[in-house]
Amino acid sequence: MLGDIGTSHDRRMESDTFPKLLLRHVKERAEHPAIREKTRGIWHTLSWRSLGDEVMALAAALRARGLQRGAHVALVGDNRPRLYAAMCAVQWLGAVAVPLYQDAAAAEMVLPIRSADVTHVFAENQEQVDKLLEILPGCPSVRCIVYDEDRGMRHYRQPELVSYAALLQHGHAALKSQRESLLAEAARGNGSDPAFVFFTSGTTGPSKGVVLTHASLIDRAQAAAAMEGLKDSDVAMAYLPLGWIGQNLFSYAQPMVVGYCVCCPESSETMLADMREIGPSYLLTPPRVLEALLTQVQLRIADSGWLERSLYARCIALAQRVGARILAGEPVAPSDRLAYAAADLVIYGPLRDVLGMSRVRVAFTAGDAIAPELLLFFRAIGINLKQLYGSTETGLFVAAQRDGEVRPDTVGPPAHGVEVRITPEREILVRSPGLFREYHRDPETTARAKRADGWYHTGDAGWLGDDGHLRVIDRLKNMGALNDGTVYAPKLLENKLKFLSSVKEAVVIGDGRDRVCALIDIDIAVVGNWANKRSLSYTGHADLASLDEVHGLIADGISEVNAALALDPMLAKSQIHRFAILPKELDADDGVLTRTGKLKRGVIAERYRAVVDALYQGSSSVRLHESGELKIRDARTFDPTQRAKAA
Amino acid sequence: MSVATLPTPEPAQTASPIDAQPRAFPIGAPILELDAISLRFGGVQALTNIGFDVLEHEVRAIIGPNGAGKSSMLNVINGVYTPQEGSIRFMGQPLVGLAPTRAAQMGIARTFQNIALFRGMSVLDNIMAGRIQRMQANFLEVALQLPRARREETEHREKVEEIIEFLQIEHIRKTPVKRLPYGLQKRVELGRALAAEPRILLLDEPMAGMNIEEKQDMCRFILDVNDHYGTTVVLIEHDMGMVMDLSDRVVVLDYGKKIGDGTPDEVRANPDVINAYLGVAH
Repeated sequence: MLGDIGTSHDRRMESDTFPKLLLRHVKERAEHPAIREKTRGIWHTLSWRSLGDEVMALAAALRARGLQRGAHVALVGDNRPRLYAAMCAVQWLGAVAVPLYQDAAAAEMVLPIRSADVTHVFAENQEQVDKLLEILPGCPSVRCIVYDEDRGMRHYRQPELVSYAALLQHGHAALKSQRESLLAEAARGNGSDPAFVFFTSGTTGPSKGVVLTHASLIDRAQAAAAMEGLKDSDVAMAYLPLGWIGQNLFSYAQPMVVGYCVCCPESSETMLADMREIGPSYLLTPPRVLEALLTQVQLRIADSGWLERSLYARCIALAQRVGARILAGEPVAPSDRLAYAAADLVIYGPLRDVLGMSRVRVAFTAGDAIAPELLLFFRAIGINLKQLYGSTETGLFVAAQRDGEVRPDTVGPPAHGVEVRITPEREILVRSPGLFREYHRDPETTARAKRADGWYHTGDAGWLGDDGHLRVIDRLKNMGALNDGTVYAPKLLENKLKFLSSVKEAVVIGDGRDRVCALIDIDIAVVGNWANKRSLSYTGHADLASLDEVHGLIADGISEVNAALALDPMLAKSQIHRFAILPKELDADDGVLTRTGKLKRGVIAERYRAVVDALYQGSSSVRLHESGELKIRDARTFDPTQRAKAA
Repeated sequence: MSVATLPTPEPAQTASPIDAQPRAFPIGAPILELDAISLRFGGVQALTNIGFDVLEHEVRAIIGPNGAGKSSMLNVINGVYTPQEGSIRFMGQPLVGLAPTRAAQMGIARTFQNIALFRGMSVLDNIMAGRIQRMQANFLEVALQLPRARREETEHREKVEEIIEFLQIEHIRKTPVKRLPYGLQKRVELGRALAAEPRILLLDEPMAGMNIEEKQDMCRFILDVNDHYGTTVVLIEHDMGMVMDLSDRVVVLDYGKKIGDGTPDEVRANPDVINAYLGVAH
């Protein structure tokens, strides 16, 4: 349908917006797959031509429903091709897409919808529509809600509601007479127009709307594409929240720039199996997903027979010794190389296959700091996993590890086009064409974060090494000092604790104190399995978390971490002296984590204030009214000087 | 790539607002009528002179204490037991004395109190087995993968996938049933019964042995089946709370006799029922 427009249209039309990029792909790779989706057990493919058709029809229908240039349209739901098509249709008309987190509670959606004066909303299903209808009285700007899945929607009679299928049908009908005027709408778009407003996850306060232009996102996507040599034959998975800029770059901005194919799994539960079927070549995985994957692997190995267990242990030991060096192309003894090749055949290869990563060429981890041990594990088994540093405000690609120079303690040198400067207070400043334009309707905060000279103040602490690599320590406001003035970085310690398979989350406390203590959230699957093998009976999470044996297990783990910390002169003072195990999983629904799974320290400190006090008062237990008695235990610590002598 | 709509009968259109929750399939005429049913096993009188009807598109519950004859009632309806006296009419046709396979062909599907799935087979294959009555191709055609057999398999698979999506069990599609927790096995069994596209669905204690969360899930699915496909549901249940929330009308049995029949509120207020079943008014 759109095939002829390329020739009839002005060839010099710059591809400075996403709709224009889409038109370019329709012309250049019409029959290439643009987006795939698994439904009812089968992968359905949408070519660039069909995607173009759908987007243009949607744009026609949205124009008929009064969508104005510059207006804001919210999108809420899982990764579905139709939501991506809607994003592009919105931008086609010069409006701004506002992707929201699909698991946000209704009340959490009020702020973004009200502050952006959202007029139209695309919702995936009944669940999302129900939330929207609940808050509709408080959001008078919303005029139209488009729903995708019609299951359960039969009884709804609200005049604001329209199904995606119906909208698309109107659009196709309208398109017959409006083709030229719609192409003109797309041509009116400009790179400096805002494309998205992302609402930050709100680790440190209420979330802010970050406005990003077409030009800035396209610039970052181009930088990444050049750096990693992305091609239109690459394949990526879309499985993380749409509201996170990382997923947006990997499943919208970059495919729009490069022309590669994005795959949407059937559901979040089938993600792993679907990923194995697709075999993505370009991957984005936040550290918490990698942690969960590794935990799953360890669980299954622990359940296997003696032979498998010992083979696995030997192969992983070998991989950790030489795997990362082989991946980096460094010289390795021929005997090790041979052993690695053999182990690749029996363990690493099948493991990569089970993880759905056998075809991965480049995998990035972003969104949060990753424990070096975790990064190295995946690199050791031959997956080219690299760290990426950046935030919503910076278009994500600020610094990235390069092939052949992956050092676990750095996030790599600044990406193409990015200037990085460090203030005397160690704050990282960034200047690049990929920076956000402003915080939505908040000139004050914008001026504070993005100064007139173009430098954005990230709020992260770090330093640039002589090798040109950037090292990120933690959020500046998380950084603290122990009573004796030793610098203390909680995130670093927490990541070391989280690498223990029995620990799911850890919260360390130490700012302004004599010593460091920790609140531990156990991984119920791993610890439950461990307890089953020892015939320890328990009734649920709280009961398991209160067992003396479990405290022993965690204490052993922490003393391992302490032993490692004692070896590092900078961290020796940060050893964990005491800990308590939380009776309940930390959950975003309780407000203690953000929707991207980051700790909200303030909320946690407030909720568990009694436990924190007890940790420092030296008592051996504390009463919590919701869950009874909570035990507090000491962990073994190591004297750095003695340790040095022993070594 | 718009969402394909399910091939269900056109629902009646009503203009009332959402709060009134109009039924997509309004309750209709009697679809199943039982009259003066008596069933004996030797000297044991299992059912005595029982009569009630089931209206099209309604959810009808049969409740009663242990040994009241609930499962026998269900077995009489789908032809496992033949009652000594009484008549059953299903869509106007006599049903007594027909084999269970014939009842299945007429559109009666059921689940069992003790899950009766093929334990070694996958979820997909188990639900596919529910399509057996609708398969036309003969053994040879299937064995040789002749065109009709292949076309048919594709059609059946589509229907089965629709059910898998409906019951939200995509993630266990290929898992052998024996590896699944109890609550999911119950859901698979419901899926197999649905695969027959029945007019009426008999559920024998669909929520027995489940925890509260699994019960709520199952409740939702039963209501969804009734709402989405318009399937008439007859269910036996122990959990009074669930029954009262779920059903349009309730039959109460005690020692093989009918002691109550009506809406949940009527049954709750019936003194015989209170005495026999709830046992609180002494």
